[in-house]
Amino acid sequence: MPRITVTVDGVGYEEEVEPRLLLVHLLRDTLGKTGTPIGCDTTNCGACTVLMDGKSVKSCSVLAVQADGSEITTVEGLSANGVWHPMQRAFHEEHALQCGFCTPGMIIAAIDLVRTDPDPDDATIREGLEGNLCRCTGYCNIVRAVRRGAQEMGVNTP
Amino acid sequence: MTEQLTREPATGEVGRARRRKEDARLITGRTQWTDNIHLPGMLHVAFLRSPMAHAKILRVDTSAARGLPGVVAVYSGEDFAAEQGSLPCAWPVSDDCVIPEHPPMAVSRVRYPGEAVACVVATDRYRAADALEAIEVDYEPLPAVLDMTGALTDAAPKVHESGNKAFTWKFAGGDIDAALQDAPVVVERTYVQQRLIPSAMEPRAVVATTDGDSFTLYSATQIPHILRVMAALTTGIPEHKLRVIAPDVGGGFGSKLQVTAEEILALLITRRLGRPVKWTESRSEGNLTVHHGRDQLQRITVAADRDGRLRGLKVDLLADMGAYLMLVTPGVPVLGAFMYNAIYKMDAYDFTCTGVFTTKMPTDAYRGAGRPEATFAIERIMDELAAELGLDPLDLRRRNWIAHEEFPYTTIAGLTYDSGNYEAATAKAMELFGYEELRAEQAARREAGDPVQLGIGVSTYTEMCGLAPSRVLGALAYSAGGWEHASVRMLPTGAVEVVTGTSPHGQGHVTSWSQIVADALGVPFEAVTVLHGDTAVSHKGMDTYGSRSLVVGGVAVLRACEKVKEKARRLAAHMLEAAAEDIEFDAGSFRVKGTSAAKSIQELAFAAFAAHNLPDGFEPRLDADATFDPENFSYPHGTHLCAVEVDTETGMSKIRSYVAVDDVGNVVNPLIVEGQVHGGLAQGIAQALYEEAVYDGEGNLLTTTMADYLLPTALDLPDFITDRTETPATTNPLGVKGVGEAGTIASTPAVVNAIVDALRPYGVTDVRMPCTPERVWRAIHGSSS
Ligand code: FES
Ligand code: FES
Repeated sequence: MPRITVTVDGVGYEEEVEPRLLLVHLLRDTLGKTGTPIGCDTTNCGACTVLMDGKSVKSCSVLAVQADGSEITTVEGLSANGVWHPMQRAFHEEHALQCGFCTPGMIIAAIDLVRTDPDPDDATIREGLEGNLCRCTGYCNIVRAVRRGAQEMGVNTP
Repeated sequence: MTEQLTREPATGEVGRARRRKEDARLITGRTQWTDNIHLPGMLHVAFLRSPMAHAKILRVDTSAARGLPGVVAVYSGEDFAAEQGSLPCAWPVSDDCVIPEHPPMAVSRVRYPGEAVACVVATDRYRAADALEAIEVDYEPLPAVLDMTGALTDAAPKVHESGNKAFTWKFAGGDIDAALQDAPVVVERTYVQQRLIPSAMEPRAVVATTDGDSFTLYSATQIPHILRVMAALTTGIPEHKLRVIAPDVGGGFGSKLQVTAEEILALLITRRLGRPVKWTESRSEGNLTVHHGRDQLQRITVAADRDGRLRGLKVDLLADMGAYLMLVTPGVPVLGAFMYNAIYKMDAYDFTCTGVFTTKMPTDAYRGAGRPEATFAIERIMDELAAELGLDPLDLRRRNWIAHEEFPYTTIAGLTYDSGNYEAATAKAMELFGYEELRAEQAARREAGDPVQLGIGVSTYTEMCGLAPSRVLGALAYSAGGWEHASVRMLPTGAVEVVTGTSPHGQGHVTSWSQIVADALGVPFEAVTVLHGDTAVSHKGMDTYGSRSLVVGGVAVLRACEKVKEKARRLAAHMLEAAAEDIEFDAGSFRVKGTSAAKSIQELAFAAFAAHNLPDGFEPRLDADATFDPENFSYPHGTHLCAVEVDTETGMSKIRSYVAVDDVGNVVNPLIVEGQVHGGLAQGIAQALYEEAVYDGEGNLLTTTMADYLLPTALDLPDFITDRTETPATTNPLGVKGVGEAGTIASTPAVVNAIVDALRPYGVTDVRMPCTPERVWRAIHGSSS
């Protein structure tokens, strides 16, 4: 079995993996990083979104072996010293989550969106989050949260 | 909506837009979804599912699969036949209701695609899935039964030996024949409620484990308490040996209000193997086998006078049950029966529903359960009647609705609406929407022959929720009650532990219940914790569905707080050497009237714990239980207005603005209420525009993935304008009404009414849902959709 090294939320791992193992299963089942959930099997929902070398990917569409040598950030790795990332805070403040199942992927996708567009308007946000489904919120508060998170990230990225 | 403070901050938690306590865990990934659970020695289950809609099972050969690496066991239906029982239906709505045997794993016949026929238990999920391919099943195909009308003919192949009719349920109020006879205007329509897939974002998941004596079932369920009772009855595991835990649950919308085959089979497998087992559904599996929603054919006739006054309403409904009756399958259309008359006064109402078996996934509760269907049909036909009479749709409604001074009002369907103010909600909605201006723009576009036409959709809905008065449920033949339970305990340090029988999965009960308790006991919001979702912790409950949690469960919490307060008052009187009647309570302090002598509730909590100086006969505890059984439903209502631009050249519909003014009575947390409305709107709009579960002519489900079954994305939905009127419910001490389903119930007809309104000049009187560009285009160009 191939051996890979991968850094997840700042911790280095060396693992032997089946070639077909999905990154999301490596995270959840092998490494116990269960903060990243799985919502579908056709890469439609975005619940599994993580940052791979700083860019958002759907971790159900990446093989663990493809992540060899890369640095992964999941929702569990966003807060530093107990201080939430501005995007996490914005989701809380704007009531942008109900059941919270889509939230890890939404927050990660939003952070990546702001990386490419630091001051997105509502239309850009809606377009940018098209690959992340939420069944609870109707998206209004998510859009507000991303706008707010973007503003605060501009001022104060940890 | 901005933060509201209805009372002084010190004691005024209720009404405040508190940010949720639940969030911290959810936004940092420290969650406990069922699929996160990993127990030592745990095995994984994968199910082999029928590729056929309807077939005899001739042979299941599991021998090749047994020898594969990592495979611990392989079972077919035969293996479970003696012990698996039948999945329960708790709502035999009528005397003629047929409840067919429903084996969790099919033994000799499959009746819908996706029905489980075998399973593999293996050391990991990949190996379990691999081994499914080595199982051989021989089927003898039988004809699929897909169309309800056809299913009821004599020539139709039978889904069950008894035939394809599940039940007939009737209701009659007033003299319908007299109302219809010689009525100056009669409008008759048939509406199709397409089949929907609830699509909670968290797929179902189950973990079952045993120590040889007792069993624990973790499940992504809305109903841990009901599931415990039903699973005990189905498997024969004694109820007191079965603990059910609903950990974090990622949405439900009714789809997790079920006792599923996989839950029962997981218990049976762990009982056999003595090892923990887990099953996590894939989304494609879920689209096939999570119960579906809606799927009704509605024939509706309304009779009116020339001035628009309603005389009578007749509804003839076919409701697709799918292949079996699940937990409340037949109850769904029956709940709807009480809502067709909506907010309107009329002389007579007649309702008949026939439940029909087909070879499809069973239907059951999906957000609104019966009431969205009813509201859609009446609100659609009110628009048709308005068009027929040349009246503005709001004007027609005004001529018929119950005026605010007429409450409480007993409707033709026999419900007593306690409160409401349709005038106020409508006035507010019209103003926010700019109704007159949009009508003017619509006229101008019509005049100019603009290829993009503007339509205005109206929905003045009400609904019955807060399920439910147990006596009423009994009268409707439901097997259980509708009460809710709560315990409130003052802990020695002054913190408060609340145990609720509700089972939240996104609704924010921990936050809202904390607000109620903070006010009732005068303790800080932060000092309250709320436990739920584990039958070993919360021993009594009726769970979360039917917009019931606040209206029934929240009131139980309040009642328990009141009992705690009375105990505390007695203790304070004793400690302060005063009469209990002379003790007044304010903001957490029990004071002797007219003096400064007082004890705080925290001091009393410790005194009760130490028990050194208690009144005679006073048990050393400051806690109380309450079980609340409501006497009536709650009746939220509101006016939703939707403006849609329809491109007549492409058939594309685009929501330009959506205004929802809802009256859910008093509000505990406006942020959570607004969130519930937003989410409800999204699902109702999605039924109007996007979603449909489609079976092909052979009975195969075509919409098995999220690529085929179109859930709305952020791009597909507008920014909603929401506001409220607050007419307190008079039937509970909080004055609250349910809010979870209102948005879904109201919005579907608002959207379709808008599309049809845009196209009336083209002679269009209906567009079938979902109103895709193709269907809209065909409606405009006169070819059937
Ligand atoms: S789980 Fe990865 S996109 Fe749905
Ligand atoms: S919060 Fe439940 S799916 Fe988004």
